[in-house]
Amino acid sequence: MKREELIHDLEEKAYLMRRETIRMIVESGSGHPGPCLSAADILTVLYFHVLRIDPERPYWEERDRFVLSKGHAAPILYTILAHRGYFPKEALSTLRQINSILQGHPDMTKTPGIDMTSGSLGHGFSASVGMALGGKLDKKRFRVFVMLGDGECQEGLVWESAMSAAHYKLNNLIGIVDYNKLEYDGEISKIMEIAPLVDKWQSFGWHTRRINGHNMAEILDALNEAIVIRERPTMIIADTIKGKGVSFMENDYKWHSIVDLKLMKEGLKGLGG
Amino acid sequence: MYKKSECLFESRFPALEYVLEEVVNENKKIIALTADISSRIVPRFVVNHPDRFFNFGIAEQNMFGAAAGFASAGLIPFAMTLSVFVTMRACEQIRTDIAYTNSNVKIIATGGGLAYGKLGSTHMGIEDISLMRSIPNMTIIVPADSVETTHAIREAVRFNGPVFIRFGQKENPIVHVNGLQKEFVIGKAIKLRSGNDISFIATGVMVSKAIEACNELKKLGIYASVYSFHTIKPLDKEAVLDAADSKYGLITLEDNNVNGGLGGAVAEVLGSEKPRPVKRIGIPDLYPVIGSPEELYKEYNMDVSAIVRTSMEMTKQDIG
Ligand SMILES: Cc1ncc(C[n+]2csc(CCOP(=O)(O)OP(=O)(O)O)c2C)c(N)n1
Repeated sequence: MKREELIHDLEEKAYLMRRETIRMIVESGSGHPGPCLSAADILTVLYFHVLRIDPERPYWEERDRFVLSKGHAAPILYTILAHRGYFPKEALSTLRQINSILQGHPDMTKTPGIDMTSGSLGHGFSASVGMALGGKLDKKRFRVFVMLGDGECQEGLVWESAMSAAHYKLNNLIGIVDYNKLEYDGEISKIMEIAPLVDKWQSFGWHTRRINGHNMAEILDALNEAIVIRERPTMIIADTIKGKGVSFMENDYKWHSIVDLKLMKEGLKGLGG
Repeated sequence: MYKKSECLFESRFPALEYVLEEVVNENKKIIALTADISSRIVPRFVVNHPDRFFNFGIAEQNMFGAAAGFASAGLIPFAMTLSVFVTMRACEQIRTDIAYTNSNVKIIATGGGLAYGKLGSTHMGIEDISLMRSIPNMTIIVPADSVETTHAIREAVRFNGPVFIRFGQKENPIVHVNGLQKEFVIGKAIKLRSGNDISFIATGVMVSKAIEACNELKKLGIYASVYSFHTIKPLDKEAVLDAADSKYGLITLEDNNVNGGLGGAVAEVLGSEKPRPVKRIGIPDLYPVIGSPEELYKEYNMDVSAIVRTSMEMTKQDIG
């Protein structure tokens, strides 16, 4: 596929993933729309183009791993996994229902395709360091991708993990910070500033690249570069918009959770759903 | 006593916020700390008292460590976030920096028990009471409703030392519809119903269920006593021994792992002082399936009909 075609195709897929994610959260009546939408483009590129995975074999040892350390964005990941064929799409309408395989936060013991249980911020990132180290120890060629929230970077644990990944020269570990500038209570810069983010990761020994996290070409280029970096882990700092794609959710921290279900249904119509 | 603040909020968070604003106006040593979760718990407080409020961001360990520091500087911090992140992420700060030093820190834990049942086990505070119970110097309060909440906060301010106050869901039926009939004393259970057949020792959200079950049982000719054990530590031994005088035994009820919580505490007392049959109703020792709290109470035999069933078994009546 030509690059322009690929980008166009990914954009269409991301649009679909956004719509289906919003639909699923509307149906369930609870969930985190804003955090899903901000991560949608990056996860689409990963799962539809970059990751070496086989949905037929979710536990294939050589598969690339992905850890959603900002686990509250689970619905977008579920949507993508279902569309990649890890489980039937019908399951999406059971989000958060009793006995569903799809709970509010990813659970590796319940959902095929989830490589690590997450939801307590900071934990997923630690686990991804262990995965990458384990892969190296076994001379496996898989790569580990991990997505962090920007608010999540306030956790001390994140920086303990960062230190260890650089110490062990984990070039098979590629992180993405979903840098949407918002957390639960509001603006990160007002609550507990994490900037300068790029400088922080660099000083911890990471290769960094700052991109527009909604631009498919930039996402693709950054991931392709990260894959060939030697001796160092890479952190892609992706500028994003919380709620991207649904106008009234964009940059409004309150849409971390559902503010108004009726309005959200309107938003779904806006996405052609 | 505090009729003014004894507000009958359906939800306990407004009660918590209301009384927190009251006490902060009376005592300028009081401050509130949160970890990026204040808009859920105390949104008005943040606006009305910006100088007495500190948001540490998503950094619970730092918040609780700093709380110990604030206390050593003579302040009375109310540090609050979700119970899992309180009792597990920051467990060592709580144990070593706050409890070991006997610091005057008030810990507010929300979403305890099955309240976050839909979110998954990462967010369920299903073992928080047990964890806190094993920490020396810790006082543990689990209010049954908004009335007990307002009293608990006020008493926690008067009490010098660490206090862990645990909440479940935001919405919660009111137990004390006419306010408290007796003084609220930390460490003293409140007897809400008297009956000779069986005793319900309940805490938190389970108190209202125990009362409902008591009403159901009365129709079947079974008479139960109901106690609200708002304080789990120190445990009201006298009330436990009083409850043990029932004809058939005791049932403990808590929205917490059946191991090491209220049921465990009661069984420890009875085992050494007055052996009696005890049934512990609570979350079994597992990671629950997901679902709404009410669905999960049913799933794990903690709902009213399960309480009635367990009581019938205990009194050996035909379930019919
Ligand atoms: C250790 C921990 N503390 C608190 C929370 C509650 N929580 C869930 S999401 C969230 C905000 C996350 O913000 P950010 O990392 O910036 O992600 P975004 O939603 O903006 O993408 C908080 C505080 C949690 N899940 N884990």
